[in-house]
Amino acid sequence: MTFPIIPMADWVNSFVDWLMLTFSAFFDGISFVINVVLSGIESLLLWCPWWIVILAFGLLAWRVARWRVAIFVVLGFFFMGTLGVWDRAMETLALIATAVLISVAFAIPMGIWAARSNTVEKTLRPILDAMQTMPAFVYLIPAIMFFGIGKVPGVIATVIFAMPPGVRLTNLGIRQVPVDVVEAGKAFGSTSRQLLFKIQIPMAIPTIMAGVNQTIMMALSMAVIGAIIGAGGLGYEVYHGISRIDVGRGFIGGISIVIIAMILDRLTGAMGKPRRRKALAE
Amino acid sequence: MSSNNIKISCQNLWKIFGPHPEKVISFCTDGLSKENIFQNTGCIVAVSDVSLEVPEGEVFVIMGLSGSGKSTLLRCINRLVEPTQGEIFIDGEPMSSLNEKKLIQVRRKKLGMVFQHFGLLPHRRVIDNVVYGLEVQGMDKAERAERALKTLDLVGLSGWEESYPDQLSGGMQQRVGLARALVIEPDILLMDEPFSALDPLIRRQMQDEFIKLQKVLGKTVIFITHDLIEALKLGKHIAVMKDGQIIQIGTPQDIVTKPADEYVADFVRDVPTGKVLQAGNIVEEPSQLATMDQEPEVVLSTMEAKAVENLFVVDSEHKLKGLVMMADVAEAVHRGATNLNGIIKADPAVTEADRPIEQLIPMAVASDIPIAVVDQQKRLLGVVSRVSLLSHIGTSEVADR
Repeated sequence: MTFPIIPMADWVNSFVDWLMLTFSAFFDGISFVINVVLSGIESLLLWCPWWIVILAFGLLAWRVARWRVAIFVVLGFFFMGTLGVWDRAMETLALIATAVLISVAFAIPMGIWAARSNTVEKTLRPILDAMQTMPAFVYLIPAIMFFGIGKVPGVIATVIFAMPPGVRLTNLGIRQVPVDVVEAGKAFGSTSRQLLFKIQIPMAIPTIMAGVNQTIMMALSMAVIGAIIGAGGLGYEVYHGISRIDVGRGFIGGISIVIIAMILDRLTGAMGKPRRRKALAE
Repeated sequence: MSSNNIKISCQNLWKIFGPHPEKVISFCTDGLSKENIFQNTGCIVAVSDVSLEVPEGEVFVIMGLSGSGKSTLLRCINRLVEPTQGEIFIDGEPMSSLNEKKLIQVRRKKLGMVFQHFGLLPHRRVIDNVVYGLEVQGMDKAERAERALKTLDLVGLSGWEESYPDQLSGGMQQRVGLARALVIEPDILLMDEPFSALDPLIRRQMQDEFIKLQKVLGKTVIFITHDLIEALKLGKHIAVMKDGQIIQIGTPQDIVTKPADEYVADFVRDVPTGKVLQAGNIVEEPSQLATMDQEPEVVLSTMEAKAVENLFVVDSEHKLKGLVMMADVAEAVHRGATNLNGIIKADPAVTEADRPIEQLIPMAVASDIPIAVVDQQKRLLGVVSRVSLLSHIGTSEVADR
């Protein structure tokens, strides 16, 4: 007596085949757009001399945060250069930037939508839960299926994995705006669009930025996993280190990822805080 | 001054929160209690059959404890809360007939609102908070900034326009809230416990300033409070609410002297009536008066008959001329004078009818002669004796006797 076998694998395969045939133009389009954005950012970062990139990030940090953060950013980048992984780091940065841009472009509107409708929120919640609890490796499978091997599927897998906190925190941020402030907005005759853009979103910015910050961290954690399917970058160093049992190389890749994570965390953290002039009288 | 036009009128207004609110109204009219209805239907009756009229230019106070439905009632007026049944008219126009667009227009032009917890936008500077109502109307930047500065000056916040709300004290934040409401030049101010979140000292100061401001602006104000003293101080009329219903509507003096039921009586028990009651409320008919043309002999015999030591003297138009003392009258009779000229003391203690009786105490202490109450034309309305003053001072429990 043997188990009756459900031919699940066959079904899935033929469904995917059908999808790829029917929507090939669609997947090609996505692939093309991601490629353009990704290679644009990557070539810019690699084309610029390293000291210009460092200077630019240092200036950005100085503008949005305090000078101590700026110094940290400059030293961090310089250190990665001295480890000999500059090009790899720029590849990772480009991949993260692309994935985060796409994630945020979807996450914020979805979060807003969820905040304005309980039905949408209820529908989205289990989907987001599933997206976040699923082991990150699982996302590699559909990514490979639809987009093959390389950087584009790496971006796709990263986007899926990194998007949920952006949606959640945007939704939360808008829902947390105090009732009396929303009431005030309505009482003075705001349209719902004015209410959204003049009151709800500005007041939700710190929370939304926390979501963006989370998205970036999730994306970075995908950097190593993405390397398995050929996303390159620092993840490749780590992956290479594992497969060749080259601990030193793996360590350099790992520490560089940590440095990038810290830099991006400080930068986005500072962007979430409202900047204001000193009080006139204190 | 205020005319008698009805600015806002509520007619049989109901607001019920919960599933199938329409059905619940019939339960209410059948006399089921709120608790009963909540247990059986899960609905909360917030406003129950409220009707009221607010004349133009008047401060109308709605007073009740938390949960009495007063804030819900206020929000029904600008439809932040949609009434379940009944109608609200502003300038005779039914609010329920407005579509979304027109409702927004009415809110922008006619209704200013002030909130208990200020409801300021923390990410905007004071001036950007104040211009909010003008900004959503699409007014140009220079004009709205100019109006905002003027309004900030009016509420005493000049120089603070660049600050952020959290850099201001509570009292100042509420001034910003008030300025934001006033800047749109609304006919109507809806004030939802605007001073309740402030310290007692600041609260009193804000009340006084509000009274001053209102004298100049003459807005129609609906003012919500849970504080009876505040209600009595600010309101021309007060509606007392309990469990979503209005129990009594009346002037502050009505509420204190003629509470409609035990609940209101309980409320006003500890009210210092000396602040609320006015001379006109406790005035008594003088037992006897003298007129200018009376002969001293006649006056003397009246005094003896009534056993009084003094009489107020009025002229033919009932205007108060002064007071005569028995000794002086007797002396005039002895002298053979034919009228009261020369013996009238021109300066008895006099008060206007709208003076709080508390302020009569020093006069009553200074002399045992009753205090004369006169109207604006100096006509004598009556007198306030020491006894009646004493019996009305203190809490209303004493006044009830």
